[in-house]
Amino acid sequence: MKPKWTLLAGAATLVALPVAAQKSSAEGIAEYRKMLEDGNPAELYEVKGEALWKQKRGPKNVSLEACDLGKGPGVVKGAWVELPRYFADTGRVQDVESRLVTCMSTLQGFDADKLAATPFGKGEMANITALATWISGQSRDMPFALSQAHPLERKFYALGEKAFYYRAGPMDFSCASCHGEEHKRIRLQDLPPLYKNPGDGLGIAAWPAYRVSNGQMWSMQLRLNDCLRLQRFPYPKFGSDVTTALAVYMGVNAKGAKSIAPALKR
Amino acid sequence: MYTRRDALARSAAVAGIMASAGLLPTAAQAAWNQAAFEAKNMADALKALGGAAPTETKDVTLTGPDIAENGAVVPLACACALPGVKRLMLMVEKNPNTLAAVFDVSDAVEPNFATRVKMGQSSNVFAVAMMSDGKVLFAQKEVKVTLGGCGG
Amino acid sequence: MADPMRIRAQAAGDKATVRVLMSHEMETGQRKDSAGKPIPAWFIQQVTAQHNGKTVLEAQWGPAVAKNPFLQFIVKGAKAGDKIAISWLDNRGDKRTDEATVT
Repeated sequence: MKPKWTLLAGAATLVALPVAAQKSSAEGIAEYRKMLEDGNPAELYEVKGEALWKQKRGPKNVSLEACDLGKGPGVVKGAWVELPRYFADTGRVQDVESRLVTCMSTLQGFDADKLAATPFGKGEMANITALATWISGQSRDMPFALSQAHPLERKFYALGEKAFYYRAGPMDFSCASCHGEEHKRIRLQDLPPLYKNPGDGLGIAAWPAYRVSNGQMWSMQLRLNDCLRLQRFPYPKFGSDVTTALAVYMGVNAKGAKSIAPALKR
Repeated sequence: MYTRRDALARSAAVAGIMASAGLLPTAAQAAWNQAAFEAKNMADALKALGGAAPTETKDVTLTGPDIAENGAVVPLACACALPGVKRLMLMVEKNPNTLAAVFDVSDAVEPNFATRVKMGQSSNVFAVAMMSDGKVLFAQKEVKVTLGGCGG
Repeated sequence: MADPMRIRAQAAGDKATVRVLMSHEMETGQRKDSAGKPIPAWFIQQVTAQHNGKTVLEAQWGPAVAKNPFLQFIVKGAKAGDKIAISWLDNRGDKRTDEATVT
C-alpha cells in the first residue's frame, strides 16, 4: 500500500504546505481528512470481522464460511455492493446485517431475536458490526450494483422512496429535509443528495465508517438509526423494513458509485 | 474503586515480571514518568524529564493539520534533522496535561515519529527534541480544533 | 486479552516504515459517565518496538494519545523478511505484543 504520510528526513525538505497564510476552512478540513486516510482504525474491525467469519462459534460450533450473502455460500467479494437484495431462503429483502443475523442463527444456532435486540456496540451486535465492516472492505472500490429484478426488490425501492420523503415527528423532518437537495451542509459536514447518485464514496458508499468523534465503528443500520433519532422518530427495529428499504433506495440510486467502505468520518 | 495506588502497585508488579522476562525497557525508562505526564505546561514537563530551557529552531519539524475537524483525533508528526537526538516529544499547550508522548530515539530508528493526539481545544502544539549534548530544541504550530455538525 | 494490533512494515531502500494501529480505549480519566461518575483513566503507558528481536524504540505515552492509537516510525537497516514486534503496556498492567514481517 502506498504510504500517504511523507515524513521528513531533513530540515531542508519541508512539507509543501500552501504559502498563503489563510487557507479556506474547507481546504483545511480536506487536508485533515487526508492525513487520517492512512491508518483508519476501521482496519482493526476488519481484522476482527474476518476472524469472526472463519471462527467456529455459537451453540452449533460452526463458522460463517457457508453463509450466503447473495452471491452463493461463502462468496464475500462483491457481495456488499449488491446488498440489500432478495433472498429466496427467507423470502425477504435483506441488508448485510440482517443477513448476518440469518446466518448466525441458522448456521451457528444463535437466537435471532436476541441478536437483533442487542444494543449497538455490545456483545454479538458488536460482532455483527465487525463482520459487516470486513464484508464491506472485501468490496472496496467496487461499484454499487443492486438488483431490481425481483418484484419485492422493486417494492422495497418504492417503500424507501416513500420513507425518504415522509415528513413526521415533532420537527416534521424527513430524510429529504437534509438529503433532498444538493450543496447542503450542517456546520462542516457536507450532506450528500441521496435522492440521486451522490457520487463515489458518498452516502451509502461511505458506510460502515469509523467515527473519530466517538471512536466507534458505525454500520449502516446504526447510521440510519441515528438519522431517525436526529429526526426525532421512534427507535427503529434492527433490520426493519423501513431501514432496509431506505438502503435499497440509496443503493439503487447510487448505481455505479464506488464503495470506499469501511471509511473514516468525523 | 481502582485507585491510582492500585494502578501503580499493579504496574510495579507487572514491571517486576516483565523485567525478569527481559521485556522491559532499560532501567532508565522503566517507570512511567508520572510527574512529566501530569505537568501543566512545557516548562514543568521538561523539568520533570530533566531537560534544559528550550530553544525554538527550524531543525525540529512538527507536521499537523491547521484545522482538526475533531479534537479527538489530531495527527501529528515530530522529527529532528540534527544528529544526536535522544528524545522527541509532543506537547499540547492547552491540554489539561501538556505532555502527550515521549519517543526515545535509538540508533536503529530515524528521529521521526507520527501519532495522533486528543486536543481539548485550539492550541499551540510543540515538538520538542532533547539532544545528547543537553540542549533542548522545539518547533511549534497552532492547531485549530472545531467540532463538526451532526451526521456525516 | 486485548484485540490484536494492525502492523504494516514496508521496506524502501535500506529502511522500513512501520505503521501500527492499536486497539485501546485510551480513556483520559477526565470524562464522566451518564451518572456523573468519572470514568477511570485507562491508557497505554509504554510502547516498545523490536526489529529481529532487538529493541529499537521505546516510548512513553499519556492519556492524550488518541483512542485506537496510531504510530508510525522508520527502522534503519530493515529489509523484507525481517520481523517487527510491537508491545504495549497500559496503566492497568494489561499488555499485548504482535508481530509482523517487513514486506
